[in-house]
Amino acid sequence: MTRHTLSVLVENKPGVLTRIAGLFARRAFNIHSLAVGPTEVDELSRVTVVVDVDELPLEQVTKQLNKLINVIKIVELEPSSAVQRELMLVKVKADPSTRSGVIEVVQLFRAHVVDVVPDAVTIEAVGSPEKLAALLGALEPYGIREIVKSGTVAISRGARSMTDRALERSTRNN
Amino acid sequence: MAQGDKAAAKPHAPKPAPTPAALARPNSGSTVSERCLGSESIVRSLEEVGVDTVFGIPGGAILPTYDPLMDSKKVRHILVRHEQGGGHAAAGYAHATGKVGVTMATSGPGATNLVTPIADANMDSIPLVAITGQVGAPLIGTDAFQEADIVGITLPITKHNFLVTNADDIPRTIAEAFHIAKSGRPGPVLVDIAKSAMQTETTFTWPQEINLAGYHPVTKPHSKQIREAARLLASAKRPVLYVGGGVIRSGASEQLRKLVDLSGAAVVTTLMARGALPDSHPQHLGMPGMHGSVPAVAGLQKADLIVALGARFDDRVTGKLDSFAPLATIVHADIDPAEIGKNRDVDVPIVGDLKEVIAELIPELAAEHEKNGKPDIEGWWNQINSWRETYPLGYSETNDGLLAPQHVLTRLSEISGPDSIYVAGVGQHQMWAAQFIKYERPNTWINSGGLGTMGFSIPAAMGAKVGQPDRTVWAIDGDGCFQMTNQELATCTINDIPIKVALINNSSLGMVRQWQTLFYNERYSNTDLHTGAGSRRVPDFVKLADAYGCVGIRVEHMSEVDEAIKRAEEINDVPVLIDFNVSRNSMVWPMVASGVSNDDIQYARGISPAWDRED
Repeated sequence: MTRHTLSVLVENKPGVLTRIAGLFARRAFNIHSLAVGPTEVDELSRVTVVVDVDELPLEQVTKQLNKLINVIKIVELEPSSAVQRELMLVKVKADPSTRSGVIEVVQLFRAHVVDVVPDAVTIEAVGSPEKLAALLGALEPYGIREIVKSGTVAISRGARSMTDRALERSTRNN
Repeated sequence: MAQGDKAAAKPHAPKPAPTPAALARPNSGSTVSERCLGSESIVRSLEEVGVDTVFGIPGGAILPTYDPLMDSKKVRHILVRHEQGGGHAAAGYAHATGKVGVTMATSGPGATNLVTPIADANMDSIPLVAITGQVGAPLIGTDAFQEADIVGITLPITKHNFLVTNADDIPRTIAEAFHIAKSGRPGPVLVDIAKSAMQTETTFTWPQEINLAGYHPVTKPHSKQIREAARLLASAKRPVLYVGGGVIRSGASEQLRKLVDLSGAAVVTTLMARGALPDSHPQHLGMPGMHGSVPAVAGLQKADLIVALGARFDDRVTGKLDSFAPLATIVHADIDPAEIGKNRDVDVPIVGDLKEVIAELIPELAAEHEKNGKPDIEGWWNQINSWRETYPLGYSETNDGLLAPQHVLTRLSEISGPDSIYVAGVGQHQMWAAQFIKYERPNTWINSGGLGTMGFSIPAAMGAKVGQPDRTVWAIDGDGCFQMTNQELATCTINDIPIKVALINNSSLGMVRQWQTLFYNERYSNTDLHTGAGSRRVPDFVKLADAYGCVGIRVEHMSEVDEAIKRAEEINDVPVLIDFNVSRNSMVWPMVASGVSNDDIQYARGISPAWDRED
């Protein structure tokens, strides 16, 4: 099985996320991460789904997703031609004796400290899943207390917009 | 009594179903705009979209809509006795007419009772719109009386569904629901409308166009793929057209007939496609699959080319998938791209409406013939004809003095004829009806194929009779199925819907019993229903028919079969039920056991064809 990132443009309507998540569950696909948010067009939202799946079942799930009335367009974003980022907030143990070591790691990874208390710091980091994994590895020795991740969001490289192309198609067909 | 009015309001003879391409175009309707209540807006919308019949039951949350419905001059509402009956009736109506079937129910239990017919319609691609009442918008999510999240419940079993809480959204939502239900691959759409929206004042305006950004069914096939399919069909030595229910839904029978004649290929029609090509056509090998004919099953297994037309390589057709049609190149045409390559790898995929696909395939195939001559498939037909001679459809007589069900269905077919509509439940009687009745026209065979819903027959036959009032409609039902939905006979009698019921009564859940005979050492766990000959007859179906105001006839001897059918054919003012007491030991043959290769088909118990191993 390989990891695939799907960008799914959907109508911004109630229940759409349930329809997508339900479809994955129903067809026995495991979602690795899922992120959803508004786009530059008010009526549209964009869902980024990362799944571990073989090529053939991926084709089937993409076709099934396309059948959902509220789904406007699906593209698979290849790592080589897309930028993929994830936001992570991590709480690490840090007392006066270890704090400077933690902060050095934070700076090396171009992350930020967003909260400090006498015995811990909270770090905000943005990056590819690989970079975040490396950062966690470096923070591990200090004692990780809590992690929260946003799920991967991704966008294709270059000037073209997924939203534009989807809307063009929909106007042409109507 | 309002019965006179109801009879007058009967729909006219149905027009042929429009093509999906025509349906995909935006609706155009009245441009009036008027102030009314949300409930009136619902009824106005149904009238605008062309609904003539609704099968439903009122209740608390849908009550406001039933008030203006009473005054509608265009919509006939038929009060059913159970929402499941309403849903299947709408499906039977859609099956028989090609139009969208409509059912209506209240919130909570009313809506959940629709779950089975909706799932059934989803599996068999039946255009259906279900309108359900929902508790008032402020109460949604509070576990209010008769509240159920029917949109959530039916999410996986509808083509799409809507929750409407704003009265202004009613006309547009209903227009979209009908558009989605009937276009592309048809299917069920549920519209859940909050009671508060029904009671709010709104403006009714019928939308002049439908704009669904994410819904663009492809109907026109790709010409390059059509040419490739034609090239293969013109050069194959052992071609088979594998015809599925999509040909029926698309209304492509006429085109299919031309393709069959031109190509010379063998044809099989699946359970959902019986009638798509006349059974009398010399190239027709019958039904493939678990209880298919030996020539149809063997034809697919030995084919070098399979052209699948609106079929979906269902497990009941392919048997063990790995060993299905091992020698065949596959052309697969379907309106739903997700069906192509889902189960079986495809060499030539064609996405499009079958009517257009076949219409474009015909001239391309003719051009190929012109160029290279017709292929020599005489050897193939010799092989097929030897299967036909050795393994014709047949059955053995019973040894307990009771009727052979196959005989009953053979006679029913011969006496009632190919212009009647036959509607089956699920089980042995369904398979015998698919095998022994001779179908000559599309939409004359109605059954629950994909979901296998017991209890489908009586309400679906009722719906078919409402849609096709001038045709004889026979419900072919089992004693198990019949006891799940027979309450709709009351609806039939009261509303002047004279269906005929051929009850294949073997006093047991026959198909399950057959499996217990074959695979569970004849241990008959919970399959005895005590309804047939020699049992306590609970219930007594003849008395039950009488209680419902129907004519009930019991047939126990072979000599009475013809007379009973003829008598039933002559009764057209009330429903008729014939209780055929058949042997419980009769089994459905041929059979490919579940999960086994089609090569291991059994012609009768313990008898497998010896295949020519030269391939």
